[in-house]
Order: sequence, then structure tokens, then C-alpha cells
Amino acid sequence: MNIVLVGLNHKTAALALREKLNFNRDDIDAAYQGIISIPSLTEGIYISTCNRVELMATTEEPVRTVDGISKFLSNYHGVKLDEFTQSLYVYRDRDTVKHLFEVASSLDSMILGEPHILGQIKVAYRQAVAQGASGVILNRLLHKAFSVAKRVRTETGICSSAVSVSYAAVELAKKIFGQLKGKKALLVGAGEMAELAAEHLLSAGVAEITIANRTLQNAVTLAKRFHGQAASLSEIPTVLQRADIVITSTGAEGFVIGYDDVKGMMRQRKNRPIFFIDIAVPRDVEPSINTIGNVYVYDIDDLKGIIESNKSKREEEAIKACRIIDEEVLKFENWVKTLDVVPTIRGIKDKLEAIRKAELDRSQAVLKQLSPDQVQAINVLTESLVKKVLHDPVLYLKLNGHRQNRQARIDQVRKVFNLDREIVEQEIQIGEQDAEN
Amino acid sequence: MSKELFLAALICYLTGTLGYLLYVVLQEEVLHRVARYILLFGFILHASGFVVSYIQTGFLPVSTFRNSLSFFALAIIGAYLLIQARFNLMILGSFVSPLASMFMIFAALTPQAALPASPLLKSLWLTVHVSFVFLGLGIFTVAFAAAIMYLIQERHLKRKRFSPLYRRLPSLDVLDAVNYYCLVSGFPLLTIGLIIGSIYAQMALGKYWRWDPKEVWSLSTWFFYAVLLHERLTVGWRGRRAAIMAVIGFAAILFTYMGVNHWLKGYHSFSGLQAIK
Repeated sequence: MNIVLVGLNHKTAALALREKLNFNRDDIDAAYQGIISIPSLTEGIYISTCNRVELMATTEEPVRTVDGISKFLSNYHGVKLDEFTQSLYVYRDRDTVKHLFEVASSLDSMILGEPHILGQIKVAYRQAVAQGASGVILNRLLHKAFSVAKRVRTETGICSSAVSVSYAAVELAKKIFGQLKGKKALLVGAGEMAELAAEHLLSAGVAEITIANRTLQNAVTLAKRFHGQAASLSEIPTVLQRADIVITSTGAEGFVIGYDDVKGMMRQRKNRPIFFIDIAVPRDVEPSINTIGNVYVYDIDDLKGIIESNKSKREEEAIKACRIIDEEVLKFENWVKTLDVVPTIRGIKDKLEAIRKAELDRSQAVLKQLSPDQVQAINVLTESLVKKVLHDPVLYLKLNGHRQNRQARIDQVRKVFNLDREIVEQEIQIGEQDAEN
Repeated sequence: MSKELFLAALICYLTGTLGYLLYVVLQEEVLHRVARYILLFGFILHASGFVVSYIQTGFLPVSTFRNSLSFFALAIIGAYLLIQARFNLMILGSFVSPLASMFMIFAALTPQAALPASPLLKSLWLTVHVSFVFLGLGIFTVAFAAAIMYLIQERHLKRKRFSPLYRRLPSLDVLDAVNYYCLVSGFPLLTIGLIIGSIYAQMALGKYWRWDPKEVWSLSTWFFYAVLLHERLTVGWRGRRAAIMAVIGFAAILFTYMGVNHWLKGYHSFSGLQAIK
């Protein structure tokens, strides 16, 4: 039994190609129809995001299935094979497992550590389950991938620092104001990046946003979107008085907010702190304002500097994450190996024999009083009990049938006899999580 | 107070401090929790030492330098536990507990002088006077620790260079709030303590005010905090300036408390206490 993965991502394929091969969200049925009929494929699942298209399958004949997957991609999307074979990567078994764990832990993402990919994989997994395309192995693999991603997130700092300008600004604001709930923001100029930062601030709890712009009309439009107020540039001194966080992004040549404007108002606002985020080039906020007490000025270079150092921190953390992943890949491989009839029967036999011995030991005191013949009889009796108990499960395991069903049966029996303690515990955990959701 | 209880409290404070310092490095929350329980345990032992002594002798044993250092440490830990309960700022303990431990070590190294036996010292008034003053000072010590934290964090944000402490320290707003809270709660305690002291001086010695160096310096310190409180409430002094004032205020406390005892003599100094008839 092999697990294969065929796919392409942002590293191997340009956006134009990724778009062509992207699976449409409305056509899940048709896609899985095609996937299930790929030759010698037992289980299958696809993951399709803006950064990657990947198809994973279990199979007895990896070469044929890999070939089949490429052809399916070509036929289904109407793209010629030679247009994308160059960009495809193929993983088998251990490499597939490792790759999936890396993707789920966001080690393979365009922005290292970004958290969305895990959610996307969860959605993909639910679709595959709903379509009946994934079976014992892929189900376990995906569950494992989720728990690995969680482990990576909690045990390494890969997601803990901001790597985008607006997120970095929000983090700084939190270190100044503590909570952003109830704080007032002022947007001077209405650039795209300012909008993004405003969205971040709003979702972090900022109570109201005022937008000041050279053309009042634009300010009014944007204000509507954020349920805020609009102001003209000449009103800035007044609105500045009430603001806690100011984001500037005008195209003006000189400074829009000067040292004296801010210095003069600090006494009046009783020194309430104010945080300027200047993402305009050339700058809108006079840099010397940063020297005034309780005033903090960050320009775009400052923010980029923070992001760069955070990125290198994430890369350090990624090394730790790789170690976790290697460990988990090994565990998964071990589990797959047990998913065969012979080791399962041996596992049950060993377990029953162990129980038999343990119970005999416990009765040592009573057994001592018996004659050797009687002891012998009890031994035979217990042995035959074990054999009888074993009989039906073994028959059930040896039933012929579709490959996927057989693996499911093995998995079932292993769980009933609790042969992989850790896995049963994990299933219980996942079950509880699902119940919470 | 009994040597055993003092020693037990000292050990608790030192282990608690170690736990808090490890917490800064390792960021394991359990360290903080354990350290706080150890401090609390040490506080209970320490306080019961004073209570036992009070019951046995009829007065609070703070009339020697060693004992008063130990009482100061007790007040700092007490103030910290109160403020921790209010703000739940884990890292505050990492800054406060070393200060309290320093007072304790200092006390342990100071030889015990003979207890002055004047009957004037056996008074509930005096116990209340000392307790209020020290609790106020303990709270101002916590304010000092929060101010140091504020200044470090503000430096990060202003210079835009971030040390590992940046992540561990809370927001400026919270630190300023601790500072403010300490000022508002410590100041009335100090005020009441000083008033009671002066009333007792009138009753026992016949004068409210004797221009004793300790009295003069205490009043100066009190004025300093009064100005700080006033400026905070009316002008809106806050942030860096308030933090620096909290540091200066703490320096003034240290001078009033230790410097005056050592360099300037008066009936308040510990050798002077012996002479009260």
C-alpha cells in the first residue's frame, strides 16, 4: 500500500497556471467523480487554494495512479499535460506524509506561519469525507496533520509574531494602549494599505474611525464602509485631539502633521498617549514628533524593520517545527505498517495471552493449593478460551473484499482491542473537538 | 521575632524570587503560580512572626534597624500580593520580589541590636503608626517596580529596538495604571500613618512636631508624593514623567528611611529610640 501526492504550488508554478488548475468550489461532486475513477486509486482527496493544487491518494500501484492523477488534472481542467508537468511534484509514502504535515503547519506557505492554510485543509477534508473518497488511511493522516499543526503552533513561535505591516501596527498599538476596545482611530488619506490597517484595527476592537481626506467625497465613501465619520484636511487639528491611533497615507509632499501641532495639543488632551502610523512615502508625520512624551511615531521603514526581524524569528522557529514533523512522520509510518492482517492478529494474540498470564498470576495463591494435574487443566482451559475468543475476529479480518473495506476492518478491530492506545485516545479527543464545533 | 520564622520567610522569599526570575526566562506559567504561592506562604510565616512577637512583648518589634528592614520587606510582599490580585500582572512579581528579597538579605546581615525597652514604645498608637507608614511605603515600592518596567517598555517603543523583554512586559497603559493605583492607594495610608504618629507624639512627648530630621524628611517625601498625585489628577501627568517621579520618590523614601538613620541623628533613629525616657 502506498500514499502518493501529486501537486503544484506557489514555488513551482506561476499564478496563471495555478488559476487554471484550481478546483471550483461549486463542482466538488464532479471533481470527486473523476478522482474516484482514477485507475487503482483506493482513497483520494484534493486540496485547492490560491497557492496550491494537490491531490493525495492511496494505491497499490503508485506509478499507474500518479500517471492517472496527472491525466485527470489535464482532462478535468482542459489544460494540456505538457503545459504543467514541468511544475508538478510527486511524493510517495513517507515524503507525502511529511509534505502534508509541512503544508498543514504552514511551513510550505508563501508567508511562513500564516494560519489560514489549516482551515483550508480542514474544509478539503470534510468535502472528501462527505464524498466518501477518503478512507481509513487518509482520514487518519489528515487527523494527524491537524494535530501536528496544532503541536507546531503551540510548541514553536512560528505564528507568534506579526509579518504584515497592518498586523505589526496593531501589535504595537496593543503594547501602547493595552486594549484597543473603545479607542478612536483617525485615517489621514485613503490609501489601500491604510484601509487594510483600519480593518485590522476595527477587528481588534477600535470603537470608531474618522477619515480625513483631501477630496472629501472619497472620505465620505470610505467612512460609510467603516461606519465612521468623514472630515476634511483642515479639520485635522480638531479630530487629532480626540484620536488615539492615527494612520497617515497621503500623497502630500510636505508633512501633514507637524511637531507644533502635536506638542501644542498634548496638555489639552491630558497627555493621553497617541500613536502615529505613517505609511506614506514621502512621510506625512514629522519624525521629531516621536520625541514628545506619550507620543509614538512609526513610519513604514520602522514597521518593515519589525517585520523583517519577525520573519527571521519565524525561520528559526521553522527548524524546531521540522523536528516535530519528523517525529510525527515516524509515528504515522509505524501505524501504517500495523494496518495489515498478520501484525493485527499477532497483536490480539499477544494481548489476550498477556491477560491470561496476568490473571493466572493473580490467582497464584489459590493455584498453589491445587495438584499439578489440576493446574495443568486450568492452563489448558484458559488457553482454549483465548483461542475461542480469537477465532471470530480473525475470520472477520481475513474476509476477502475491497481493499478499502479491509483496511477499515483492520482499523476497527485494532480499536476494539485497543491495540494502539495513543490512537484511540487521539480519536476520543478529535471526537470531543468535533462535538464542540 | 523568632529566628526560625524569619529564616523560613527569608528562604521562601528567595525561592519565590528565583521562581519569578526563571519565569521571565522560561515563560512557564506554572513557575509564576508556584512562586506566588511560595511568596504567600513566606508572607504568612513572616507576618505571624511579628504577630507572635507582638503578643509576647506587647509591641511591634520594629524598633531596631534589622527588624524594621524585615518589616519593610513584609510590607513590600504584602503590597505586591494585594496589587497582583487586582491587576494579575504576572511579570510584576519578577521585579518586586527581588527588591523584597534584598531588604530581607540586608536584614539578615544586620546584627540584632538590643531592643529599646521604653514603655512609650508599648502603645497601640505606635503599632498603627508604623504599620500604616510601612504599608504605604511597600505600595510605593511596587509603584517603583512598575515604573522601572514602564521605562524599559517605553524605551523599546521609542527607540524601536526590541529586546526579549518587550514581549514579556505588558502594555504601557497597564503599567501606568499600576503606577496610578499605587499612588492613589499608598498616599492615604502614608498620610494616615504620619498623622497618627504626630498625634501619638503629642500624647507621649507633648509635641506634635519636633523638627526631628526623620520628621522633616518624611514630610518632604510626603509633599513630593502629594505634588505627584495632584499633577496626575489635574494636569494629567502620566507615562514616562510619572514613572520617573515614582523612581525619584522611591529614592527619597530610601533616604528618609536609611540615610536619616545613619547620617542624621534624632529620636526617630534606632539609637535615638534607646534614649527615649
